[in-house]
Amino acid sequence: MEMTGLLFYLVSILIAGGIYAILCLALNVQWGMGGLFNAGIAGFFAVGAYTSAIVTTAVSNRHLGGFDLPIPFGLLAAMLVAGVTGWAVAKICVRLKSDYLAMASVGIAEILRLVIVNEAWLTNGSLGISGIPRPFGDLVQGRGADLVYLAMVWLCVLLVYVLCQRLYVSPWGRTLRAIRDNEDSARAAGKDVDWFRLQTFVIGCAIMGLAGALSAHYFKFLSPSATEPLLVTFLVWVMLMAGGSGNNKGAIAGAILIWFIWSATEILTGRLPPEWITRSSYIRMLLVGLLLQFVLQRYRSGLIPEKSPKLRSD
Amino acid sequence: MIDFINLYLVPGLTIGSVYALGAVGISMIFGILRFAHFAHGDLMTIGGYGVLTAVWFIPIHPLLLLPFGMALAIVAALAVDRFFYRPLRQLPTIYTVIASFGVALIFRSLAQLFWSSGNQVFVPGVRPPVVLFDTFRISALHAQVIILTLIIAVALHFFLTRSKLGRAMRAVSDEPELASVAGLDTERVVRWTWVIGAALAAAAGVFAGMDTSMHPNLGWNLLLAMFAAAVLGGIGKPMGAIAGGLIIGIAEETVTYTWFGGEPLISPSYKSAVAFFIMVALLLFRPQGLFKGRLL
Repeated sequence: MEMTGLLFYLVSILIAGGIYAILCLALNVQWGMGGLFNAGIAGFFAVGAYTSAIVTTAVSNRHLGGFDLPIPFGLLAAMLVAGVTGWAVAKICVRLKSDYLAMASVGIAEILRLVIVNEAWLTNGSLGISGIPRPFGDLVQGRGADLVYLAMVWLCVLLVYVLCQRLYVSPWGRTLRAIRDNEDSARAAGKDVDWFRLQTFVIGCAIMGLAGALSAHYFKFLSPSATEPLLVTFLVWVMLMAGGSGNNKGAIAGAILIWFIWSATEILTGRLPPEWITRSSYIRMLLVGLLLQFVLQRYRSGLIPEKSPKLRSD
Repeated sequence: MIDFINLYLVPGLTIGSVYALGAVGISMIFGILRFAHFAHGDLMTIGGYGVLTAVWFIPIHPLLLLPFGMALAIVAALAVDRFFYRPLRQLPTIYTVIASFGVALIFRSLAQLFWSSGNQVFVPGVRPPVVLFDTFRISALHAQVIILTLIIAVALHFFLTRSKLGRAMRAVSDEPELASVAGLDTERVVRWTWVIGAALAAAAGVFAGMDTSMHPNLGWNLLLAMFAAAVLGGIGKPMGAIAGGLIIGIAEETVTYTWFGGEPLISPSYKSAVAFFIMVALLLFRPQGLFKGRLL
């Protein structure tokens, strides 16, 4: 019993870790390859989660839809809507320079949050959406379902990884790194800098939407207070910096490592005296904040640093 | 019209004062250290809790205890600058932005750890508004906040234009290379930037916390509007930041006024989006702000 309990605890960590790995790959497209600072990760994550929930739940009068479509449609719709949201944002903000884009992205996350909380016809407001289906929910129940879901999440991680890796080694990715490292010379070489940035932002946002959809189907319930947006955004940043920004393998490794540390500290703080237990999550946040400072000062290039692909000499 | 002044303009000026005091620090840090300080809102929170704690021990009017909050915020700011920002100073500034994002989380979790995550009020009870000429109903707190902000703004103006240190700050902000060639001690200027920025942030945090209540997210929720105020006033222009803060505060409150017919112009639940749109529009069309601030 003890062993199976532990095993399924591990499964739940790996599912959440996989979802974070996808977010981290998405941020790696935007920041690692494109040099675009996005502090609004949680906003696009939420857009994806709500889209997939609305597309796949049964008809309800409490929120828009549900359209009762199969889950793959939900995932695709999540990527599409998050991508379009990203496009609208990028259309306005992508010309902003680094620090300004960072400031604007905080505002974007805030506006997306306001829409989700206030537009009850769309999202059922603060009451949230329940009854979100799990894939193969009719066939497998209980703990078996978690294993099936684990496989599905990591299949998505693999697909996203292959996609990001193709992007990275392609001429498109090379141009992107050129823009990131020296915008002026890329522009002088005739590259349409704003257009490349727009594409980067949209691709990253679409992948964040996919991660959001996967988390909605995992928890089967969504509400504005279910996740703390700032914490999600922040954890993804720590993961990417620790793993190695610019490297897709590093992004996945960082996500797993930091998520394991985060989950392990939950076990440790669970052993604290009772009067401290309610505060344990703040201690963990404090530790992750300090961990980021440590990584920034000592291991800036991360666990698996970026390595540019060799140029072919033809 | 009277309703407009009582319910929209004065609250707008009050929240605008909070933004103004916060934005001064953001603008000065941006001007001198060249990065967007994401932890500034949470620095306000720390200052607010400093005064809250002082009130527990010395039960007098919280505004008289402002120095305690300022001292706490100054110590916090100098410590994070020394340990977390200074080691990154030679790198591209975006790394410092990321570090300050982390510091925001550190400040917030410390606030939650030491002062709990709930809402806390400085002085319990409802205070009746002051009635002037039978028409203007203004809460005493709003009047105090606006007057104190004006006093701070005037003092800051004289400090920046008359004192040697203030002039050195403006010099480093305008032309860092020239200033260091001319023999100005840049690190000293940086230290005093943090001291002034943190002290004003603490005042803003206390004002905001007294207007509603203290909670750990207080400062972070105000950050966007303060960035907008700093951009509006022109980066590196403290006086511009004060004007920017007041404008953003008034804009946020007055867009919910029933200008045309019976409906508010913008639903009050979306008023924090106003700052964002002002900021983005400015960055695209007039990035130097109203007062010719520096460009990145």
